[in-house]
Amino acid sequence: MEDHGIPVISLSGEKGGDILLSLSGRLTLENLEMVDRELRSQLAGLAPASLTVDLAGVDYLDSAGALVLVLLEKGDGSSRTIPQRFVNVTPQAERIIALLNRLDLNSQHLKSVEHFSIFEYAGEATFYIIRGFRHIMTFFGELLVAPFHAVRHPRLVRWDAVFVQMKRVGVDGLPIVGLISMLVGVVMAFMSALQLKQFGADIYVASLVGVAIVKELGPMMTAIIVAGRSGSAFAAEIGTMMINQEVDALVTMGLNPVRYLAFPKVLAAILVVPLLTMYSFIFGIGGGMLVGVLGLDLTVFTYVQQTLKAISTFEVVSSLFKSAVFAALIAGIGCQRGFQARGGAEAVGSMATSAVVSAIFLVIVADSAFAIVLHYISN
Amino acid sequence: MKPVSSNEPAICVEGLDAGYADKVIFDRLSFQVERGELFVILGGSGCGKSTLLRLLIGLKSPSAGRILINGVDITTADEMAMNGVRTGIGVLFQSGALFGSMTLAENVALPLKEYTNLSPDAIERVVAMKLAMVSLAGHENHYPSELSGGMVKRAGLARAMALDPSILFFDEPSAGLDPITAAELDQLIKDLNRGLGTTVVVVTHDLESIMTIADRVIMLDGKKKGIIAEGDPRELKMHSQDPLVQSFFNREPLKTVL
Repeated sequence: MEDHGIPVISLSGEKGGDILLSLSGRLTLENLEMVDRELRSQLAGLAPASLTVDLAGVDYLDSAGALVLVLLEKGDGSSRTIPQRFVNVTPQAERIIALLNRLDLNSQHLKSVEHFSIFEYAGEATFYIIRGFRHIMTFFGELLVAPFHAVRHPRLVRWDAVFVQMKRVGVDGLPIVGLISMLVGVVMAFMSALQLKQFGADIYVASLVGVAIVKELGPMMTAIIVAGRSGSAFAAEIGTMMINQEVDALVTMGLNPVRYLAFPKVLAAILVVPLLTMYSFIFGIGGGMLVGVLGLDLTVFTYVQQTLKAISTFEVVSSLFKSAVFAALIAGIGCQRGFQARGGAEAVGSMATSAVVSAIFLVIVADSAFAIVLHYISN
Repeated sequence: MKPVSSNEPAICVEGLDAGYADKVIFDRLSFQVERGELFVILGGSGCGKSTLLRLLIGLKSPSAGRILINGVDITTADEMAMNGVRTGIGVLFQSGALFGSMTLAENVALPLKEYTNLSPDAIERVVAMKLAMVSLAGHENHYPSELSGGMVKRAGLARAMALDPSILFFDEPSAGLDPITAAELDQLIKDLNRGLGTTVVVVTHDLESIMTIADRVIMLDGKKKGIIAEGDPRELKMHSQDPLVQSFFNREPLKTVL
């Protein structure tokens, strides 16, 4: 009859009359579908007027197993209902069936799944962009006021937080900035050496690497690394604080969240990223020198001298200024995205992603603007 | 999900030692929870209630002793055995711990999709039943952020019950709820315990809840690093001689000699 508790269904009685349905084995979540399918197919041919369900052989019944039986009577919205009565029911099974009988199992969904048309998407996206732009403007407005407040009340600036952030953004980023800058220097030197060697102009490898690293690649690579490491971290930290109502707590204590949370981060980034950029110059040029000395038979002295000849103090200073602007953009947008987080964990993740993407975009836009402005200034 | 032997206790804790770093929280703790019982772990703040719950649901390992859940020692069980234990238990966390990016239906369907081979149609029917059980019929497409605190907890309970576990654990179910919602949740816990025969373990310090739902309680004390009272809460309130138990049940400050 029964094998390893697999349910066995047997039906007896006349077509169109009262049918005796005997069940045995286990009626559980695992065999819900099998029992349901079997019952419906067997009952379809008999078209019973009513059912007597004998549970004498059932050794275990859970709520899913009981659901199959209850839905025969109550219907699942797609099939006709069959009046039924249960016999040989254990007290526990009786309680489960009674519990299910009290439930509204065919309720309509109170909210339908939202399907947007392309126009609704476009409209939503437009409003999102407008709201986002307004939020950015408000945030950067407050951020610009913060330094004046800091000058008037220097004791109110959270210097301890500034130093912690300087360590996180700067000191902790030293290994990765050094490594990537050195590799970029090596690649630049290799690629340029292949071409310049043909003209016997090996020495200009030093000039090319020096100019590229100092004017563009140093600030840019450092900014991208800082955006990936710290911009996302700022967004995630402030985003989590938003979700946990910690920012609301600051507001109710009369503290300005932008001044309290964002300003120390932005200030720390502005102070430390130019130093990181200097560090990247050294490692980038060092990488080029490695190739020059080991691969092109140049001496360290010649390489350094040629590099110094190729880059001017103005270029170094303008690049450091540029990197400070990049830092402000990265830290600012990271914090702003954090303040925009609403809802739950997913919002924090998407804001951290958005912080990195927006920061890199802004850095490239700012770099283009610097390229044009510096071109006219230097000429 | 799986039927379990009705002879063995649902939970058996033997000689449990546990703590954090150099702080001992439990020293040789032992107790049992019988099958179908509504069992409450209570005590003041910092006595180790939440730590005990984490130990019972396998989120923390003890330094010594055994914890048998449905007859399986979870302190020595391998990953496969632990998965078997996990399908037999459900946990309602204090905040509900629903996934904010999923609808209620998706939250409840998650364990069903992971642990069964049911078709989407069958899962939909089971989800509707579970939501109806916690009085959330029709809320399938709502997101947790669209619900009140009480509804989130009930939805968390629907998810905890998805696989018809034989043991349900509740961490401070009435925390943060208004008295009416808390009473409704207590009634729901009681109904599910009686109706489905599920063993229920509740960690709480809410006196009203304890008196309403508990069949049996153990009271923990941080100083004694274990149980200071055990039994029917109504009996304990009337007859216990322990000053801490008396203060707890009568909601009075602990009398200290100045």
